[in-house]
Amino acid sequence: MNEQQNSILSKGRQEFDRELGRLEAELILMSGLVEKAIFDALQALKNRDIDRSQKVINEDDHIDQTELEIERYCIELIRRQSPVAGDLRRIVASLQIAGELERIGDYAEGIAKISITMGGQPPLKELIDIPRMGDMAVSMLKRSLEAFISRDAEFVRTLTVELESEDDEVDDLYTKVQGDLMELVKSDPDNAERATYLMWVAHNVERVADRAMNISERALFQATGELVSGTTMIDTNVD
Amino acid sequence: MTLNDTDLLSQAGSIENILRFDDIEPVLESNDLSVAYGGQTAVSGVSLQVPKNSVVSLIGPSGCGKSTLLRCFNRMNDLIPSASVKGTVNFDGQNIYGPEVDATEIRFRIGMVFQRPNPFPKSIYENVAFGPRINGMTDDLDEVVETSLRRAAVWDEVKDRLNDSGLSVSGGQQQRICIARALAVNPEIVLMDEPASALDPISTQAIEQLIKELSSEVTIVIVTHNMQQATRISDYAAVMMAGEERVGRLIEYGTNQQVFGNPKDKRTEAYVTGRIG
Repeated sequence: MNEQQNSILSKGRQEFDRELGRLEAELILMSGLVEKAIFDALQALKNRDIDRSQKVINEDDHIDQTELEIERYCIELIRRQSPVAGDLRRIVASLQIAGELERIGDYAEGIAKISITMGGQPPLKELIDIPRMGDMAVSMLKRSLEAFISRDAEFVRTLTVELESEDDEVDDLYTKVQGDLMELVKSDPDNAERATYLMWVAHNVERVADRAMNISERALFQATGELVSGTTMIDTNVD
Repeated sequence: MTLNDTDLLSQAGSIENILRFDDIEPVLESNDLSVAYGGQTAVSGVSLQVPKNSVVSLIGPSGCGKSTLLRCFNRMNDLIPSASVKGTVNFDGQNIYGPEVDATEIRFRIGMVFQRPNPFPKSIYENVAFGPRINGMTDDLDEVVETSLRRAAVWDEVKDRLNDSGLSVSGGQQQRICIARALAVNPEIVLMDEPASALDPISTQAIEQLIKELSSEVTIVIVTHNMQQATRISDYAAVMMAGEERVGRLIEYGTNQQVFGNPKDKRTEAYVTGRIG
């Protein structure tokens, strides 16, 4: 291969690398939008700030739109570049992560809707465990994105194990919140409506943590080619 | 990684990156195979196992020794006076480079299809009947010709013009006639050196489909520069690379899924993703 051919090859590859970089930047931006949505939804719930809840609902359209743009861009890259190996894994993982982020945006919207439905009623109990779950879930989300961006197999493996343990903690808190709310309903059935609202909020937050786990699993796929679901590992190198 | 990393490019693949089959007997196996032309080593130390009825693609940048290696598998390099081969190529339990082995017989059992269709300037019928005829098979030639052309998926297109020149049909049809010619002597292996690189997309698709269909009964080893083609048709892929000294080495061998999905050697990753070429 002569120098001119190498130069053309190298330019084409550089262009593709720039496109992959742009894809990653779009995902980081989308993740920022989603983190803010979860944070705002929980803050609005805690402070009974209906305007802020409404804003979260309105902003979800932007998140949905961003997901569609990322999806279109991934399809365009697959069509134009016929990616293989690490490039293919990166695009496929991006496509899946965009889907996970979109769903997390929906959970934020769900929390905001519950908050508006609650109207002027104060929460049934002081919100301590649910915001704690929210903090943990958002932290998991940030770190799973870090894992994705690193593309470092060892870092991703270590982080995935850590996130699994944090996800267990979020699940434990969710069980505790459910138990506490059930006790309040048993003590006074009139609490049932307000307990149900908070139960749904806790459920949505717990799902955010699950989705963050999914993102770290996609980060692992990107870095190593291993497909995992929960604790079940599938080696993609085996036919 | 850049093309300037010549030290890296000239290293053979780590042993654990070369697939070995413990549970099956390969139909073809090279052991520490090296080829030199006039004292200049072109390929060094290739140990590769080819399972029966599989499609194995040989890929790698230009000049990495893919075609040289392919030609070793049926002793085509014997036809080049300056070529010398070290190591062994075992086929059907014997080293094809053994002193008692008839290279012509090997070339019937391990056929070859080249980059550019090369039908003889004879009729389509005679092109396909050529191998059987010189092997002394004169009975049922009509049936052999028809069966071979059918296996090469070109019968319907040429059945009414079998007496026309092999050169009178399209490039894609010529290539399939050449494949029929190779199949007419019932080879166990067919070697293909970029068989579709000179063809249009439709003819390429026909050849690829044909390769997939043939692989149920014939083993195919194919050299291709087309990554997408290699991903579409092969069961296994062998990656070769050469450094500045132009000595080709096997750097990775694995399933199609592994080599194109999750290469173990970073040079393979760089090659299949177009970072080096």
